Parts: sequence; C-alpha cells; structure tokens
Amino acid sequence: MSYIFAIDCERCKGCGLCVNFCPKNVLEISDELNKKGYYPAFQARPGDCIYCGSCYMMCPDVAISITSGNIKRKLKK
Amino acid sequence: MGKTFTRPVALSEKDTHYCPGCTHGIVHRLVAEVIDELGIRGKTIGVAPVGCAVLAYNYFSFDFMEAAHGRAPAVATGIKRVRPDLMVFTYQGDGDLASIGTAEIIHAANRGEKITTIFINNAVYGMTGGQMAPTTMPGQKTTTTPFGRDVEQTGMPMKMAELLSALMTPAYITRQTVISPKYVIKAKKAIKKAFEYQCEGRCFSLVEVISTCPTNWGMTPVEALSWAETTLLPYYPLGEFKTPDSQGGNDAA
Repeated sequence: MSYIFAIDCERCKGCGLCVNFCPKNVLEISDELNKKGYYPAFQARPGDCIYCGSCYMMCPDVAISITSGNIKRKLKK
Repeated sequence: MGKTFTRPVALSEKDTHYCPGCTHGIVHRLVAEVIDELGIRGKTIGVAPVGCAVLAYNYFSFDFMEAAHGRAPAVATGIKRVRPDLMVFTYQGDGDLASIGTAEIIHAANRGEKITTIFINNAVYGMTGGQMAPTTMPGQKTTTTPFGRDVEQTGMPMKMAELLSALMTPAYITRQTVISPKYVIKAKKAIKKAFEYQCEGRCFSLVEVISTCPTNWGMTPVEALSWAETTLLPYYPLGEFKTPDSQGGNDAA
C-alpha cells in the first residue's frame, strides 16, 4: 500500500500553515515563485512523510492531496 | 484501503480570493466534505453573506443565493419555508451576523427555522479593511480603533453563541475553531451534526467557528493562529452550548 502526496503549487498561496503543522518537518517553502507570485510549499524531505494528513487539514486552499498509490493520480483539469 | 485526502466534490475547482492563511478556506472545505458525506449536494442551497465570503458561491458546486448585508437568515427562512425538502445553510462572518444582522439571526433562531448557520468569528471586519466588529477583543487595534478597542465606549465583545443559546426555542448551538488539526476534526463533526439536525427537521443550528484574519490583524498566518489561541479562545470558550435535547437556557458543556 503506497500513497501519493501532491501539492498543486499553482493553487498554493505559501501561507506556511502546512509547514508549521507537519509533525515530521517534511515541508518547506520554496524559493521559486508560482504564477500567482507566491512562494509555494514543497516536500523537502519526502522520505520522512507519514501521510498523516495534518497539512491537508490545515491547507486553506486545498492545494494538498494524498491519494492511495493504486488510484491513478488526478490530473489538473 | 487507507484514508486518503482529496478535494471534496462539493468544492469547485476555482481558486479562492482569500488572503494567504485565511481560515475561510478550511471552513469551506469542511462544509463541502460534510455535504459530500451526507450526499445532499443536489438538494442544498447556501446563502452567502456580505463580507469576505461574499463570493462563496464561486467556490461551491451547488446552488447558492446572495443575501443583503446581514439578511442571510431572512433569505434562508424564505427558501426553507417554500422548499422544506431542501437543505439550506447560511455562511456568515462576524460583521454580517453579529453587527448588522443581529436582529435577523436572533429572530430566525427564536422562530426555530430549520436552517443551519455557519458563523465565522475572526474578531474584525475583513473585506471592508479591518474595522472594529462587535466581536473585536478589548484593546485590539483595528483601523477604527487605532488605540485599541475602548470598552468604555463600545462595550465588551458579543458572545453570539451564548446569546443565542439563552433563547428557549430548541436549537443546536456550538462554538468550534480551526486553528489546529485537532480542532479542525472537531469542527467538522460539529458541522456534520448541525446538518444532520436539519436533515431530521429538528431545529435551528448554528456553528460558530473562531477564525483568523492575518491581514487585518497584521500578523503572519502562523502568528495569527497562536494569537487566536491565546487571546480569543479564553474569551470565547469552545463547546456545545445547546442541543435540541437540552432544555433552553445556558447549560454550556
């Protein structure tokens, strides 16, 4: 059983709530701007992720998704 | 199959206009998730307020109605009385519900309208530029109280959940917050309970959600969450203030 973690970096506004609430300190804010002009969050240490969903819980823009590995990853419309 | 976390269907694909770190987005997601779980997307009508959530109809993929400032409970009353089979909820901020719409919400609750109100309390007027709201904390600086809220002139912040739970009509009144993952889970349970009471046609339900406004509080999103925890939560205690099974009055849990 595997999970796929994804951040839609164009949806992310870089508020940092996911970075603050990650219990394993996996996430960080990127140095590169997205199209909206925000610095999005990204998984700096993906190997440490325990897929608890705390980041998803706190993301105000629902930019984070965690899906199980056997489902085809949902592509952006 | 483990639990997965994906965007709820009842939430549209559109990006929100909210400021970074605004907890409106979290509450939008909770409402959408509850509607998905109850399978009521096809028969739900939301009523949007005037305030930051004025464009909420863009972000949900079910029917929405826009109300005049503070009049969302009155509009929802009309919809619910004409179509009692539909699920009707209002989504209001503190400037909308606690200030200009106080009469509407109190009388809708007192009549026992079978609607649900999601009340976002972030202690400030957000959309209009950070003016003092009735829920602003004593000493809190806003654009209309640059030296802090003076309680001699403006009184103490209004506790809407306690005020409404003093009414004798059966209702479900609760106060929750979304400042950390554990509170988000609790808030979702409360919103679900509120919708279930409406599904059963039992009572009026109001879920007050203590939220943040990083922009108008002049803080980073993370600082705003800790300010809400240290300043707002002691004054606005969380919990269920009234359930339809309890007998009127303030029997706070």
